[in-house]
Amino acid sequence: MLGRRFGDFETAEDAVQEALLAAAAQWPHDGVPDNPRGWLIQVAARRMTEQVRSEQARRRREDVVVRQTPADQWSAPSADDEYEGHRDDTLTVLFLCCHPSLTPTSAIALTLRSVGGLTTTEIANAFMVPEATMAQRISRAKQRIRASNVPFRMPSAEEWAGRLRSVLHVLYLIFNEGYAGSAGPELHRGDLAWEAIRLTRAVRELLPDDCEVAGLLALMLLTEARRPARTGPAGELIPLAEQDRTLWDADLIAEGVDLITATLARGTVGPYQLQAAVSAVHDEAAGVEDTDWPQILALYGLLERMSDNPMVSLNRSVAAAMTHGPATGLGMLDALESDARLANHHRLHAARAHLLEMAGDRSAAAESYRTAARLTMSPPERGYLLTRAARLGG
Amino acid sequence: MKYIMLMQFSAAQTDFPGIDTWSAEEVKAHIEFMGRTNEELVKSGEFVDAQGLAMPDHAKIVRANGGQAPLVSDGPFPETKEFLAGWWIVDCETPERAVELAAAVSAAPGPGGRPLNMPIEVRPVMSAPPREV
Repeated sequence: MLGRRFGDFETAEDAVQEALLAAAAQWPHDGVPDNPRGWLIQVAARRMTEQVRSEQARRRREDVVVRQTPADQWSAPSADDEYEGHRDDTLTVLFLCCHPSLTPTSAIALTLRSVGGLTTTEIANAFMVPEATMAQRISRAKQRIRASNVPFRMPSAEEWAGRLRSVLHVLYLIFNEGYAGSAGPELHRGDLAWEAIRLTRAVRELLPDDCEVAGLLALMLLTEARRPARTGPAGELIPLAEQDRTLWDADLIAEGVDLITATLARGTVGPYQLQAAVSAVHDEAAGVEDTDWPQILALYGLLERMSDNPMVSLNRSVAAAMTHGPATGLGMLDALESDARLANHHRLHAARAHLLEMAGDRSAAAESYRTAARLTMSPPERGYLLTRAARLGG
Repeated sequence: MKYIMLMQFSAAQTDFPGIDTWSAEEVKAHIEFMGRTNEELVKSGEFVDAQGLAMPDHAKIVRANGGQAPLVSDGPFPETKEFLAGWWIVDCETPERAVELAAAVSAAPGPGGRPLNMPIEVRPVMSAPPREV
């Protein structure tokens, strides 16, 4: 809206953010103005003209999207129209932040800053880089959007699916970052997982009918539910099979299972929904031996037909091993070795190690664990793989 | 992904005289180049850290076996043919970009303004999130 008028994404985005914050602070006292959207634009335009850059607003960790007034609270007669407009502006900012012309790291930083409302300091801490570096990363991302002349409006019908996929991918990457073990003093990297859940909830409120948005939210909830059991007291990784399932978050599981069940029954199935379904099967099992592996195998089969991701085939091999025995899974892994994307990937060797261990081939399993340990870029993972190899001897 | 770029001096692999023998202008040009490099890394959103180390004369090697008092030997260590002069940590999108950055600092100006062609060791910093297994 303002972006269209002023043609400057950065300024418009800051101004919209400030106007929304002002509205959130003012409306409870003064009541909702007759034309909330017009009022917002007026406030935002005034701020832009004055070039107000309030440090206070920058420091405030407000979530613009989540704090928006729900549709049923708008009192103006044209309530639906007003809500639509507001909704569109928020979504437009999100689509721009996750624009495919940005690299993933830039898109992540810009989304957390502009839509999540995190401060630059908080984002810098989360990614363990100096604040000046993160400030530059965010500002370059904005410049790039400006330079690429992406219009400040919702993607067209033809672009819609692809652009939404970019948004969901960025949210998914933010969630995954939350699984890095190290922590800064203020914002733990683990908090990024919650940030991603918060943002995805907000996107779901804006796009309640999209099945993949719901699928991604369910996947996050069902994965986050296992977090308390994933690491031991020294930060060591505990594999799914050995986790204390009483530590899993039952509320998150219930919410995630309800969401994915309702979503799968409703519309077009997509990759996030299938991954959420796999996670739901795990989360509902009392133990690894009670897990419905044939169902997981079938879900990965569907997922494999839908995506060209070799990690899916890798997971399907493990599910096949759990269903039909390790020999079947090992045969499938051998076939994957010719995929250049996997050949030197630690996860291929880690999966083979597990299946060799299942098959009772201790020395070959230990060797594969050690190969995987040499290749991984995650310290807790390396610790886990080395421990596993050492236990087997050989 | 974060990468460390180690400026590893080695008598065998460098063919320029020590910086303490350079002219004032040569030293100045070198230091300015390093300063500019760091500024550009901040601007590109890739800078994480850069440190120069004191000369090996100031080094101490400490060893302890958990029982007796630790054994401390003072530098310089004439048998050492290589020493770490400093490092950068950068956060960049691809391994190719890390190599590109290392190449840029390898060619830092030395005597006569000629590129030093220093060996820079590039290694990923382990910081990936672990996957559930």
